Parts: sequence; structure tokens; C-alpha cells
Amino acid sequence: MRQLFSFIFPDQASNLAPSVDAIFFALVVLCSVITLLVFVVALFFCVRFRRGSKVDRTPPKGGTLRFEIAWTLIPFFVFCGLFFWAADVYFAMSRPPGGATEIHVVGKQWMWKIQHPDGRREINELHVPVGRPVQLIMTSEDVIHDFFVPAFRAKQDVVPGRYTTEWFTPTKPGRYHLFCSQYCGTNHSTMVGWVYVMEPAEHARWLNQVAVSESLVAEGERHFHSRGCSGCHAPNSQIHAPLLEGIYGKPVPLSDGTIVIADEQYLRDSILLPNKQVAAGYEPIMPTFQGRISEEEVNAIVAYLKHLTDSERSQQ
Amino acid sequence: MSAVPMQAAPQYAPALQPTYLNVQRTIRSWLLTTDHKRIALLYMVSITFFFFVGGVAATLMRLELLTPRAELVTSETYNKLFTIHGVVMLWFFLIPSIPTVLGNFLVPLMIGARDVAFPRLNLASWYLFMVGGAFTLFSIITGGVDTGWTFYTPYSSTYSNGHVVAMAAGIFIAGFGSIATGLNFIVTVHTMRAPGLTWWRLPIFIWSLYTTSIILVLATPVLAITLALMALERIFGVGFFNPAIGGDPLLFQHLFWFYSHPAVYIMILPGMGVVSELIPCFSRRPLFGYKFVAVASVAIGVLGFLVWGHHMFVSSQSIYAGMIFSILSFMVSIPSAIKVFNWTATLYKGSIRFQTPMLYALFFIGLFTIGGLTGLFLACLAIDVHVHDTYFVIAHFHYIMVGGMVMAYLGGIHFWWPKITGRMYPELPAKLAALTVFLGFNLTFFPQFILGYLGMPRRYPVYAPEFQVLNVLSTAGASILAVGYLLPLTYLLWSLRYGRIATPNPWEATGLEWTTHSPPPKDNFETTPLVTAGAYKYDSQAAEAQREVAHV
Amino acid sequence: MSSSPTTPILAHQFEDATQQRDAATIGMWLFIATEILFFGGMFLGYTVYRYTYPQAFAEGSQHTLIWFGGTNAAVLLISSTTMALAVHAASENRRALLVSLLLGTASLGALFLVIKGFEYAHEVKENLLPGSSFHIVAAEPLKAEMFFYIYWLMTGFHALHVAIGVVLILIFAARAFFTNAFVNHDTPVDLLGLYWHFVDIVWVFLFPLLYLVDRHS
Repeated sequence: MRQLFSFIFPDQASNLAPSVDAIFFALVVLCSVITLLVFVVALFFCVRFRRGSKVDRTPPKGGTLRFEIAWTLIPFFVFCGLFFWAADVYFAMSRPPGGATEIHVVGKQWMWKIQHPDGRREINELHVPVGRPVQLIMTSEDVIHDFFVPAFRAKQDVVPGRYTTEWFTPTKPGRYHLFCSQYCGTNHSTMVGWVYVMEPAEHARWLNQVAVSESLVAEGERHFHSRGCSGCHAPNSQIHAPLLEGIYGKPVPLSDGTIVIADEQYLRDSILLPNKQVAAGYEPIMPTFQGRISEEEVNAIVAYLKHLTDSERSQQ
Repeated sequence: MSAVPMQAAPQYAPALQPTYLNVQRTIRSWLLTTDHKRIALLYMVSITFFFFVGGVAATLMRLELLTPRAELVTSETYNKLFTIHGVVMLWFFLIPSIPTVLGNFLVPLMIGARDVAFPRLNLASWYLFMVGGAFTLFSIITGGVDTGWTFYTPYSSTYSNGHVVAMAAGIFIAGFGSIATGLNFIVTVHTMRAPGLTWWRLPIFIWSLYTTSIILVLATPVLAITLALMALERIFGVGFFNPAIGGDPLLFQHLFWFYSHPAVYIMILPGMGVVSELIPCFSRRPLFGYKFVAVASVAIGVLGFLVWGHHMFVSSQSIYAGMIFSILSFMVSIPSAIKVFNWTATLYKGSIRFQTPMLYALFFIGLFTIGGLTGLFLACLAIDVHVHDTYFVIAHFHYIMVGGMVMAYLGGIHFWWPKITGRMYPELPAKLAALTVFLGFNLTFFPQFILGYLGMPRRYPVYAPEFQVLNVLSTAGASILAVGYLLPLTYLLWSLRYGRIATPNPWEATGLEWTTHSPPPKDNFETTPLVTAGAYKYDSQAAEAQREVAHV
Repeated sequence: MSSSPTTPILAHQFEDATQQRDAATIGMWLFIATEILFFGGMFLGYTVYRYTYPQAFAEGSQHTLIWFGGTNAAVLLISSTTMALAVHAASENRRALLVSLLLGTASLGALFLVIKGFEYAHEVKENLLPGSSFHIVAAEPLKAEMFFYIYWLMTGFHALHVAIGVVLILIFAARAFFTNAFVNHDTPVDLLGLYWHFVDIVWVFLFPLLYLVDRHS
């Protein structure tokens, strides 16, 4: 019985899975009831009122209006209920909790490149500890991909030119499929991998297994200097450029009068498309790094800038 | 019902008067015809050809999916196969199917007109369709396209190596054929109804095609510009959707689905129209809630324009946009539900016969119900995140498109076959074929719902081994389905020569098309009919009484 | 395609002339609806990118030749007037006037295309055609390239519509001159007028959207 169930139903291995499946089962029950109702009624009519059967065929009296109103309004209210339930779960699925482990994912034809906060890299594999929320910050080097882990009920397109995020808290140790589910070209169906959910101790052992030369933040700091960012964005610079310590998560007034929050997307755009949103009081003189810097370097620099904020906060 | 009395019809001796089929016999008279009935037949032959092109692609895909590795064909070929299947089945079979074949044949007949408003434009639309088809076949034969029928950028505009531009050009050109057909129907229904045929007396088939036509006219130009922009970007290397110059690849998806979601209703509304004709006729009861069914068609058409974003729940569009599209998607299912309930209620107190068209209509109700209800899963935001781009979606839309539209098309073809050809189809093989199609269809597509929830993504020639059993089941079903589709082709062709000669009204149906000869003369009616009552004046008690008399 | 001067041609599928006229008119309006949706896709793209990159659009717009565009707006507006007069002349069966007004409209349409051609030539010379040779001195050259892509796209599709219109008008002028096609049968001229006004109105939108962004400063 159990085996049959696992044959037709996927593993539940994240905090999201039970709430998604609850709606799913509710819908299965509801739709089965409606389907059976239609089938049974239609079959009953077909048999009872077949040509030649001896039954009363006097046309029913009274208008059809009450029926029409009934089968318009009842679905309407049921659907509204379903909508709110599903939207509520979706809202939670779209909002990562604070303090999630941030892992960077870069999709390219046809592999997944993953980088952990400590700088450790993986290809087509993702090792995460059980019970801790994980937030994926994803982008693509070429076409649109999609990071899909069926056992987590988590899926999000990975789009070139922007960051998308996906989060989950793994709840069950094991090995789960990772699929690219947005068609991305010839070897789309082999752009697959495994997500390993491990007990925290085991995960810590895994992390220490291979010596990592530098953490993501350290790598970002290195690029920040070697790419010349620090030449202008420094307190004693000759060039009038904003200081970046503590900028992450803060509101930034722009030259067009609007204010944006300096999130990952803003930092990324400021590196690749510097004149998209120019900070108020500064000239649009920063050169664009589009095409000169890899997605992984951008990720590292963004991680470094975020780290500057964190360390500033902890100093206060 | 017209003033031409029903009993008068058999007086017309079919052989004495030239019909639209034998009034002229040259090839030229067919290729240059402006007669809507002949154009319908041109379309019927063309889309049957394309149906089997798409069908061969589907067969090869299903065979490949027997094993979890790409053994029969390479991944590259598989990607081309599903692109061919999607493009050909959508734009060269489903979208034209009922509108251009049954619609072209029946719209003037059902409203008592001699032809559509613009007969030459009608012929031009067929030529546009064929030129578009030629471009598409060209791109298939010279190497194929591997973008999928959705042509998502930047894959289609930058990375794909196939003949994307030729295929896009084919769809672009065929699209103008669709626009011409839609425009023709709207004008025809507005201006050419017979005297007395008010809007509330129109058959539901006409209401459905009218709504379909409005969608065709308003949505297809957006597809045209979208594909043109994609092709220009491919040719010149710069463009709207290119992230390198600040373009947004998601804009393509918005524009594409602004067309392609309404296009889903282009594909299903005509099927609903056919079923609304079949159910009353074979149960000898007036259509339950006629006005509600009519208005529901229009409501589906209008709401259908407002839900495109539900194809983009995981595309990184704003979550608030996702919520609005979700609630609207739930709303669009209500008019569909209304229709199912009304068809079922029509059976009540009927005098039901189960000839082939009725079997198809009943199968339509069943499969459309399943297809429609599984649409609710996709409208549910949280569930869609999981099943988006999996086989669940594939199963859902095949239940609507194949279980719904193709069933309705076959039902309609059988129902009006005597009117179109003047011959009856053979009943027994037809019933067998209908059952075969129904069984094969369910075996093919039901396992795919389970595959989808398990997480098997679409467009995967190589898949995880644990999905194999369900895939084998599906392929087994597909082979039954293929037999089911070859049967009608065979016996319908057979019936052209050996079928029983049809009377003008073999089903004792109401509707103006049954008041003229089978097949009709070139100008449809001898005198313009005068309509004095609404559609579906059926009486099950009278039908039973008549039967008793016949048996005594 | 000629007929007796007093009876308009009635196609066999129609019952009477009113029905035929109604059908043709509804058909033309529907066609214009499809055209609006066709251009609508491009206007949507314009809106999205102008909202996203206001600065680049303003800079790009400064590089357009406002006097060429402005003159062309005047040319098309005048041609709409002559077209309206042509429709009126057709309804009064004044053939000579109809022919000359149609020729006048066609000439103005052709003039539009000539001016547009010079403008295009200038822009190609200035490297403002998007592609590998595109070059612009602006704060955001890539986004300005997007502006010019949209500029070429929209004016290009519009010019195509103008060119089709000019050919149609010339055909109509020839038919009006050599045959009795439009005597007591002005519907086709009426519908041609609708098309031409549509082409004109598109330019009325394109001109400010492409040439006048941020020109006040």
C-alpha cells in the first residue's frame, strides 16, 4: 500500500510540501465529487430517458433561473475560498524568512552552478542541512531555466538579467531530484541533479571535507579590489562616488526623486547597468561592467557588499 | 425553425438539381471557388493532412518515451518533434478545425444566408493558411525548429539553431488567414441573418463562433507582432526582449500569452457550440438555459482576455499580479461549469438516442469536465508552483483540447456528414471508433496527471527511471488512440462512395441547415427562409409518440 | 469591374445595397481594430521601456530630427483633409474632383515617405541604426539603442502602412478616372478614407512619443 502510494505521490521533504498537498487533496476531493455528480446524473438520465423507455416525459414546470443562479453562485463562493487558501500559501512560499542560509545558483546551458556562503562550489548537486531555511538567489547566464525540486514543491524560473529567489526548509533527510523545468534547449532534460538533505552534523562534516580556499565574501572582496571598485567607492577617493558600507537594505534616494531599497537586484543592476538608477547627488559616471564580469563574480561582490552591512550592524 | 415546413423537404429530389459539389467539376472550380461550402471542404482536407503530420510527431514522441533514455531519437530530434507537434496541432489543426470546416460550412446555412459576407476574402484566408502551412513544412523539412511552440525568448531569438524565422513566418501568415475568417464570421452574423432570426433565436453554435471570431480578430494581431518582434530580434541581433540592451524576456511571455491564452478559448468555444447542437437533437429536448449558455460563451470570451498571467506564476512576475490572475482564472471557469450543468440538465425528460454524434457529445461532457476541473489546480497559486511545466499541465490541456475539441470536431463531422456529402456514415464502425478513441484517450492522458504531480517536467526525452511505468501506460494508450483516429478516416472515405444516400434531415433536427437539400445547392436555399421561432424546438413526448406509431 | 452608372454592384450573397454597405463598413472597422492591436503590442513595449529607462528615452529622443518629424505630421494631417474631401466628392458623384483629391492625397503620402527616407538616411549616417555599428554619445548608450530600436520599428511599420495606403489610393484614383466603379457607389472610397485616417492617427501618436520626449528642457 505504502509502495503504491509512493509510486503515485511524491516525497514530502520540505516545510512547504504539507501545506501545498493539503490544498491538493482538498481539490482532489472536491473535483471528484463534482465529476461523480455530473457522471452519475448524466448516466442516470441517459439510462432512464433513453428512447423507448416507459417513463413520464412531461416537461418540468417552472423556469430554469433558480438552477442557473444556484450553479453560478455556488462555484463562485467555493472558488473564492480556494483562491484565498491557495494565495495564502503562495504568499508564504514567496516570502523567505529572515536568517535563511543564502545560496547562490547560476543556471547555464546545461548545468547548475551552486555556491555556498563559505565559498564552496557544487555542480548539479546541492547539499543542505535538515531543518534550516535555505534561500536560493538565482540567475542565468544564457536562457531562462527553472529550478524545480518536486519533493520540496518548490519551483522558480531562473531568468537572465535578474535575480529570482526560492526558499524552503528541508524536513526529511534524503536524496531528491532537481530538474530544470523551463525548456532551455537541446540537453534540457539532462540539466538535472540531486539535492542532498543531511542531518546538521553530517552536513557540517561535508562542509569541512574539502578545504575551501576562501569564502564567498572573501572572494567578493578580492574582486572588489581587483576590478577597481574600491578605487572610487572609498572614503579618500578623488572621485565622487557613494560609500557602500552599510548600504544593503537601506533606502537610497535616486536622482529622479524616487527612493529604492538597496536589495540584491539594486546592487546587481548598479554593477551591470549603473545608469538605470543613479543615486541622488552623484554624476552618472560609473562604467558598466556588463559583459566584462561573470555572473559568479557579481554574486560574490553582492555577497561582499551585504557582508559589509552585516559587520557594520554588528559593530553598532 | 423556418417557415419552410419540415415535411416539405423530402420533396426535393437530390439528383435532379445540381448541388454545390457537382455544379462544376474542374479542379480549377475548386481552387478558385468562393462558395463557403467548398472552402470548408478545402480546409477539411488541409487540416486532416496537418492533423496526421502532428499525429506522426506525437507517435514518435510517445515511442521515444517508452524508455527513460533517449534511445529512439536524440534529444535534439525529440525537441524538434514536440515543436512540430505543438505548432502544427495548434495553428494548423485545432485553431482552424471547427471554425474553418464546420463554421465555414454552417454559418451561412444556419443563419439562412447564401454565403458569408466576403466570399473572396474567405478563399484568400484558405490560401494564407496554405502558404503559412508551406512555410512551416519548409522549416520542418529543412531541419526543424527546437524552440517549442511557445518560442520563449531569449532561447528562440538568440540561442536556438533551427529555422525559427521560417516557422514564425508560417504562423504569422496563417494568422492573417485566421483574422480573415474571424472578420468574415462577425460581419456575416451581424448583417446577413435571415428575416426573423433575432440574436436570441440563433443556435448556440453561432454564438460560440461569433465569440471565437471576436477573439481571433482581437488576439491574433498581437501574436503577429510578437512573432515579428522575435524574428526581427533574431535577424538583426537587437531587440525588445534582449537583456543585453535592457530588454525584458518576460515581456515576450506577456505578449505571447495575451494571444495564446485567448487562443485556448478559440480552440474550445467552437467545440462547446457543436455539443450544444448535438445534445438537444439526440435527447429531443430544448437546450436547458439557452440564454445562459449563450451568455456564458461571451463571458468566456471576455474573461479569457484577462487571465494570461496564469501561465507566468513562476516566471518571476510580481506575486500580486499572480494573485489577480489567479482569481480571474477561477472566475473564467464558472461559465464553463454553467455550460456543463446545462448540457446535463438538457438530458432530463428527454428521449435519448445514442448515435455516434451523441456518443462524442457525451464523451465531450465527461472529458471536458475532468479537463476543466484540473484547470482549477492550475489556477490555485500554490499548486501551480508545483505542477507548472510538468506533465500535469500536459494532461490538463490535452483533456480540454483532445478530449474536448477533437471529440466535438469528430462528433460534428459525423452529425453534419450527411449534409456535407449527401451520404450517411456507417453507424457500427463509427460507434466502435468513438469507443476506441475514448478508451485510448483516457489511457494516454490520465497517467500523465500522476506523472505531473510526481514532478516529471515536460519536454524531457530523458527522464528518471521511476517514471517509466506510467509512461509505458501512456504510450500504450496512444497506440489505441492512433487506431481510433485512423478508423474514421477509413470509413468516412468509404462512405463517400458506398454510404447510404442521406435525406435532407436524417436526424430530424431543427435548424435552418436541415431545411435544404443534402448536399445543399450552390446558393444554399431556394428561397430565403423566414424564421418565426427560436432554436431547439424539440419535443421528447412527440418523438416517443412517433416511435410508437412507427412500431405499431 | 464597371457597371451601369445608376446601379451599384450588388454581390450575389447580399439581399440589398444597405446590407452590402453595412457589411463592408463593419468589416473595415474590424480590420482597423486588428491594426490597433497590432500596433498595440509595440506601444506596450514602448510604455514598458520608457517607464523603465526615462533618461535614455529622453536622450535618444533629442537625437531625432524634430523638424522632419514635425513637417511629416503636418503633411499627413493635410493629406487626411484632402482624403476627407475626396470621400465627400465621391458621395456627391463629382468624379473629376474625386480623382484630383485622391491624387493629391497620394502625393502627400509619397511626400511623407520621401521626407522619412531622408530622415532615415541621415540617421544611418549618424550610426543611429541599432546593430553592430550603432553609436551614440549618451549616458546610457545601450538603453538609447533600445529607444532607437523602438523608433525604427514603429516608424518602419507605420511607413509600410503609408506605402500600402499610397498604392491603394493610386489604384482607386485610376479606377475612378477610367471606370464608373464609384459612381453611386462610394462605400469603397469611404473605407479607404477610414484606413488613411487610421494611418494618420498612428502618426499623431508616434510623433510626440518619439520626437518630443523631454524636449521642454
